[in-house]
Amino acid sequence: MIEIGLGHYLTLAAILFTIGVFGIFVNRKNVIILLMCVELMLLAVNINLVAFSAHLGDLAGQVFALFILTVAAAEAAVGLAILVVFFRNRGDIAVEGANMMKG
Amino acid sequence: MTSSQLIADLVLMTPELILAIGAMAALLIGVYWKSELGGARMAMRIAFGLLIAGGAGAIWLAQGQGGTAFFAAFIADPFSLYAKTAVFLAAAVALLLASRYLETENLARFEYPVLILLAALGMAIMVSANDMITLYLGLELQSLSLYILAAFNRDSLRSSEAGLKYFLLGALSSGLLLYGASLIYGFAGTTGFEGIAIAAAQDGTNVGLLFGLVFVISGLAFKISAAPFHMWTPDVYEGAPTPVAAFFATAPKLAAMALLARVLTEPFGPMIDDWRQVIIVLAILSMAIGSFGALMQTNIKRLMGYSSIGNVGYALVGLSSGTQLGVWAVLLYFTLYIIGVAGAFAVILSMRRSEGMVERIEDLAGLSQSRQGLALAMTALMFSIGGMPFLVGFFGKFFVFYAAVEAGLTWLVVLAVLFSTVSIAYYLRVVKVIWFDEPAGGEFLPAPAGVAFVSRAAGLATVALLPFMVIIIGLVVSAGGSIGG
Repeated sequence: MIEIGLGHYLTLAAILFTIGVFGIFVNRKNVIILLMCVELMLLAVNINLVAFSAHLGDLAGQVFALFILTVAAAEAAVGLAILVVFFRNRGDIAVEGANMMKG
Repeated sequence: MTSSQLIADLVLMTPELILAIGAMAALLIGVYWKSELGGARMAMRIAFGLLIAGGAGAIWLAQGQGGTAFFAAFIADPFSLYAKTAVFLAAAVALLLASRYLETENLARFEYPVLILLAALGMAIMVSANDMITLYLGLELQSLSLYILAAFNRDSLRSSEAGLKYFLLGALSSGLLLYGASLIYGFAGTTGFEGIAIAAAQDGTNVGLLFGLVFVISGLAFKISAAPFHMWTPDVYEGAPTPVAAFFATAPKLAAMALLARVLTEPFGPMIDDWRQVIIVLAILSMAIGSFGALMQTNIKRLMGYSSIGNVGYALVGLSSGTQLGVWAVLLYFTLYIIGVAGAFAVILSMRRSEGMVERIEDLAGLSQSRQGLALAMTALMFSIGGMPFLVGFFGKFFVFYAAVEAGLTWLVVLAVLFSTVSIAYYLRVVKVIWFDEPAGGEFLPAPAGVAFVSRAAGLATVALLPFMVIIIGLVVSAGGSIGG
């Protein structure tokens, strides 16, 4: 049995965070997937914070994680609202479509 | 926490409380007002009054002791109070520019002033942050309001696309900033700025802390639109309704820059040798993209977008010094820059013909013949933003460069002056179109009173403020002196 320690949690969070960031840059099809990637990044940060909090024996990290959860919910609401407006004007939500302005 | 302590803490938050409670009141009034237009107008007046009251509250607090509140999560020092006052005044000017525009474009809804209030509240919390959690919450309150404002013209594809782009890139940058904050928390053992400063002052480079700092700088660089995190700026400036772009170019820039200055000089002051290189790279890239990107633009709002990227670069040159001189020079720079940009956007808002708003640079052709006052104002504003000598904008540039020279970064200043020379080219192009090109298209309609007032007042201020420079410099020196060093 390996002991699961701080390093494992940090690695997991780093992997999830990287997947989130890459998802934003690689995905060219659907804006909803971008929103999911953003959410993944925030949750990776939460794993980091809670792991550090447990490791340090300090509560601030868990308080921070709760705040992030709340803000993430608000952010998703705003993001989806903007997405709905965009969909109404354009008729689809492809990332490539967002190219009205160039230069 | 005893009740007297709670009251003492709340008093330090007076400007924020005024805005928070007032924004909720404005929201209720907007909802229950009988007619939509009437509610929008009422909310606009209330918001304007609240911003002025918030600014007055900040000035009143600046007379007192200041100090920290809520277990040092929040700080009210001369630096934050100065930035707060400037942010509130800039937001009030943005409302002044917006009111008639929104009515003519059928956008007059009470949500607009409420969102501006909430964004200003977020900025006030940002500049007063003394803890990573406060920093994040203030930044998000500001950002979420700004995402909605960018997409405020919800029937326009361009506006909703601008909002979507801004939201996605903004959310990405918030994620980067948070990841950095979590690493800083882990390696410093605390989220408070004082605790982080103690951890950063220890001998030997703390790699985890450095990693976290780089992430936090990337997140904040996005908010001030420093290259290479600038991609959204021209698109959002072009796509968002013009008064919203005017707001984006002024208050949020100052607030995010003040936040960056505090983060770099207070908690991470001891690590200056580590972050200085990062800031220098950001500064050089921003100046290059701001100068060369703007040369080929035809849309004046995009031009202002590139110009803001370049100007952030010059401010970062001053910040890279990491000294108190650098901090107050950045404050001075942004104060003068905001005056110039608010005026320039007021001129852009005056570009209305009978068929609607126009925003190409060529549309300004022959302005000197049709509207001499406006032409003079725009000329002075362009030269002031470009930092030409004998206009107030010059002093901003002079002191940020001076701060960098004092810190031994002469080569960077030489580079900055070269870029600055390139950037003069596109400001001069606007001036040339105004004065020497033949008029094309019809005359502009008379601007609404608020817009006309801001364009004239800002244009005049580029010259009229010169005798008062000593007073302004005195103000920023006492503000900047409270952090860094």
